[in-house]
Amino acid sequence: MSYTLKLRIWRGDKDGGAVEDFPVEVSEGEVVLDAIHRVQATQAGDLAVRWNCKAGKCGSCSAEVNGRPRLMCMCRLSDFEEDETITVTPMRTFPVIRDLVTDVSFNYEKAKELPSFAPPPRDADGKRRMAQVDVERGQEFRKCIECFLCQNVCHVVRDHEDNKEAFAGPRFFLRYAELDMHPLDTHDRRELAQGAAGLGMCNITKCCTEVCPEGIHITDNAIIPMKERVVDKKFDPLVWLGNKIGIRNKDNDGRTEV
Amino acid sequence: MTSPGRAHIEARTLREDRWWLQPLTTFVVFSAFVVYATVRAFMGRDYYASPYLSPFYSPCLGDCVEGASDFGQPFGWWPLSAALIILIFPLGFRMTCYYYRKSYYRAFWLSPPACGVAEPHSAYSGETRFPLVLQNVHRYFWYAAVLVGLVLTYDVLLAFRPMPAEYAVGDGETSGVHMGLGTLLMIANVVFIWLYTLSCHSCRHVVGGRLRHFSKHPVRYRLWTWVSRLNTSHGRWAWYSLFSVALVDLYVFLLATGTIQDVRFF
Repeated sequence: MSYTLKLRIWRGDKDGGAVEDFPVEVSEGEVVLDAIHRVQATQAGDLAVRWNCKAGKCGSCSAEVNGRPRLMCMCRLSDFEEDETITVTPMRTFPVIRDLVTDVSFNYEKAKELPSFAPPPRDADGKRRMAQVDVERGQEFRKCIECFLCQNVCHVVRDHEDNKEAFAGPRFFLRYAELDMHPLDTHDRRELAQGAAGLGMCNITKCCTEVCPEGIHITDNAIIPMKERVVDKKFDPLVWLGNKIGIRNKDNDGRTEV
Repeated sequence: MTSPGRAHIEARTLREDRWWLQPLTTFVVFSAFVVYATVRAFMGRDYYASPYLSPFYSPCLGDCVEGASDFGQPFGWWPLSAALIILIFPLGFRMTCYYYRKSYYRAFWLSPPACGVAEPHSAYSGETRFPLVLQNVHRYFWYAAVLVGLVLTYDVLLAFRPMPAEYAVGDGETSGVHMGLGTLLMIANVVFIWLYTLSCHSCRHVVGGRLRHFSKHPVRYRLWTWVSRLNTSHGRWAWYSLFSVALVDLYVFLLATGTIQDVRFF
């Protein structure tokens, strides 16, 4: 069962571009990336598209399909009507290089600003130990494939280019939360998360969670817990008092602020 | 959206689905609730139909009608409606709630109206400045909400009291334990209120989320897993409890004004 898909693709570079029509033959069971590849093979050999695994695990083929941030390889054509027009554009938050390929180096710059995991000295036998229940807590965050769809959809930088300097974005709040919950980490990143990373800019409208192809509950399990941890550190006088008089548990002992 | 270097696309969104439906629904329902709650809170009457007390007026600490004040009247001098004394707590709890924030930022402030739809504002500072930095006091409103929840639970117990003679519709109905439709509505309401209160993100943090070593705190870890399970439906409980609290108040209002009679089971 094949049919002609009414496909539109944004073509251009940083100097300008436009959406062009590419009617293309597609078959049952195919995804948007298959259609893009067929256009590249039969109609526009110079169409630029970044892809790799075709299995939703490498995070390369991020784009916007009918205005919604998606991995093209995980976007089934069967989710659309056969007579529906599908418009594919590059991610709109990052500078475009050409056609569907964007420059996502903003994210790597933000990654560099995040102090990495700092474990304590090893135990006497040369090992470090964590209980299984503590290991499990961070597993959800490790599922991130760095497709940067959450960074792309976040209105803080999508709609306000000027915020990019002061805002790390949901992917890195995920990392801040993961490290802050890590029982072996010796850094306290709460001030940094609120200050340099701009956690306070997030107004928890949950678009990052909506677009995550890995189904990570970025807002509920990372950003909000991290916001609550920042409240502990910066805004809650009872926590401050509890720490002063020593009735809070010693869960944060041994950590140094970065 | 159209910053230099980005793909030049004029449209604010290329979404073709009905993305506006959800924020519009939220806007209409929340606005309707705010109007209804404001009118009822300022009315200062028809909030008690023995044995039912409207949740908007509970606990009734002002100059309340006879039988409505189960915790005394320490604010008896208060010249305005008694609801205004206590509504600040549930109102503050919901205004600073992480779920409601998402909803009203989207529906009322259009920041953003929906995912992938550009917001109309030229500048944005999120929750970093006054007044929105005050959203960080959410956990204090949660502490208050727990107390309010306890009071509403007590109200449900009181709703099993015998009705006064003038409400009786048959012989013998004023003696012993009573249960009517109002009691049932109040039970449903208090269940939703507790589900909403206990599924709160601040509750999740307080009971165990703030820990770094679950393994050293097995009881708190267990509590955290329970709250986490509830928390996945926090938005649903927020809506259900919003409707139930308004419904109970409306029912009490209709009883108190004599518009309807309580449906009595025993």
